[in-house]
Amino acid sequence: MNGAETDPRQERVQPDPPGYFEGESMTRRRAFTVAAQGLGGIAGAAIILPAVGFAVAPIFHRGKERWEAVGPVNDFVEDTYRQVVFTETEGIGDAGKTTAYVRRSSKELEEEPGKFVAVSNRCAHLGCPVRFVEAAGNFICPCHGGVYDFQGKRIGGPPVRPLDQFQTRVRNGQVELGPRYSVTSQLEPVRARDPGEFTGGIWEYLYPPRPSTFPAP
Amino acid sequence: MPKLPDSIVPAPLRKPAKPGAAGAPKGAAPTDLKTSPPERPTHVERLTDQAKDAPVDVLAWVDQRMGASGFLTGMLYRKVPKGTNWFYTLGSATLFAFIVQAVTGVFLAMFYTPSTTQAYGSIAHINNDVPLGALVHGMHKWGASVMVILIFLHMGRTFFFGAYKYPRELNWVIGVVLLILTMLMAFTGYLLPFDQRSFWASVVGININGTGPIVGPYLSDFLRAGPELGATTLSRFYAIHMLLVPGAIIALIGAHMYLVVKLGTTAPPWTKIDKPKFAEPVAQLDAGGSNGAAPTNGASPSV
Repeated sequence: MNGAETDPRQERVQPDPPGYFEGESMTRRRAFTVAAQGLGGIAGAAIILPAVGFAVAPIFHRGKERWEAVGPVNDFVEDTYRQVVFTETEGIGDAGKTTAYVRRSSKELEEEPGKFVAVSNRCAHLGCPVRFVEAAGNFICPCHGGVYDFQGKRIGGPPVRPLDQFQTRVRNGQVELGPRYSVTSQLEPVRARDPGEFTGGIWEYLYPPRPSTFPAP
Repeated sequence: MPKLPDSIVPAPLRKPAKPGAAGAPKGAAPTDLKTSPPERPTHVERLTDQAKDAPVDVLAWVDQRMGASGFLTGMLYRKVPKGTNWFYTLGSATLFAFIVQAVTGVFLAMFYTPSTTQAYGSIAHINNDVPLGALVHGMHKWGASVMVILIFLHMGRTFFFGAYKYPRELNWVIGVVLLILTMLMAFTGYLLPFDQRSFWASVVGININGTGPIVGPYLSDFLRAGPELGATTLSRFYAIHMLLVPGAIIALIGAHMYLVVKLGTTAPPWTKIDKPKFAEPVAQLDAGGSNGAAPTNGASPSV
């Protein structure tokens, strides 16, 4: 108001808006504008947030742990794999099935005795199905030429880590396969990662474990 | 292009007369209405005239209520620069490809079932049993590749003609978003037939998404709706493919074309600029130093 006294051009005082009283901090018009926009924002959020939550909820949802018998204990040997097909995702028919290569743990390779090893056929490069080639004793991927040794460790091509494995147990004389887990280059189990993601060391933080996967054994 | 007769175009939509040309000559005033009264039209003639006027009347009725004729005239008769050539049709061609995808997609959706157990069967049904089903499916399948090719050619034309420069940068940005959305359409549409090829291509594509550090694994889970490719993945891709992205593409095409009309198109880079007619004489006068209006302070004689 000091400016009005010194500057004659500002002598014309704006009339007070209707309802004005001394000491008000906000005009009536401004209050209604803020209130209307605020209510609109709340109404918009009430629609958008549940929809977005619905779309991203599967990231945080972990399905039921599932075990499936794939054959009697005596079907599996130490020095080669037996191919088994079992259901990993239920309710979607054949698309939910996956392939694993199963054998007994090997004394020669100094593995823990009395266990079963189930190697996933999902290539650690981009997820194509690998095949165990008996003559070479290697897993070979048809898509981009990934090669893995007998234990599933990468020995050639673009894959970034060894092949995934499935948890195994024996119930009623049957070998059962459980949740998937990934391994580091030294075959230490870690939580399941998608193909193309490194494991071990700093990579555990750059490719964080997902809430939708099961803890490593 | 054949010119529409003026009788079927409502007055506000008619092409405005060229600035130089005078208006149509006015008819001579009637000499004497008493001695030579105008001929009265017969009943049939009146009806014929009314019938002829009907389309104009309908258009005029609509225009009176919409007031769109000014906008339409400006849009349809906007100036295009000298040198405009066939390369400028690539954008329209891309739009046409999108319309083909939209129309064929609507009819495919009438027969397609986004279920993991029935998707492949429903596509086989479309191809083998539905009349013209293989044609419509083929148009959608091959049209997808055509649209991707055309959008890249259109982008290349814009780039090499320098049409992305001021004031058209925003339209370039919108175009890039449209390109990304088109690629997203191609990616999500590839899974829908649910055969071996589309299944494994989607597996690979989702896993490539997952290789991004930190957010990659969660992005993969979001796309798959879970840790494994499953039933929800297919319905999720289907919803993205036919509801989410097409809506965004249509909205952005609207913005893209609004800016094209608003800003106009560019001339090809090889077009010579017409020099102002006075450039040479003024320069000569200035050099002669006899023109009082010319700068006298020794400034450069540029116009």
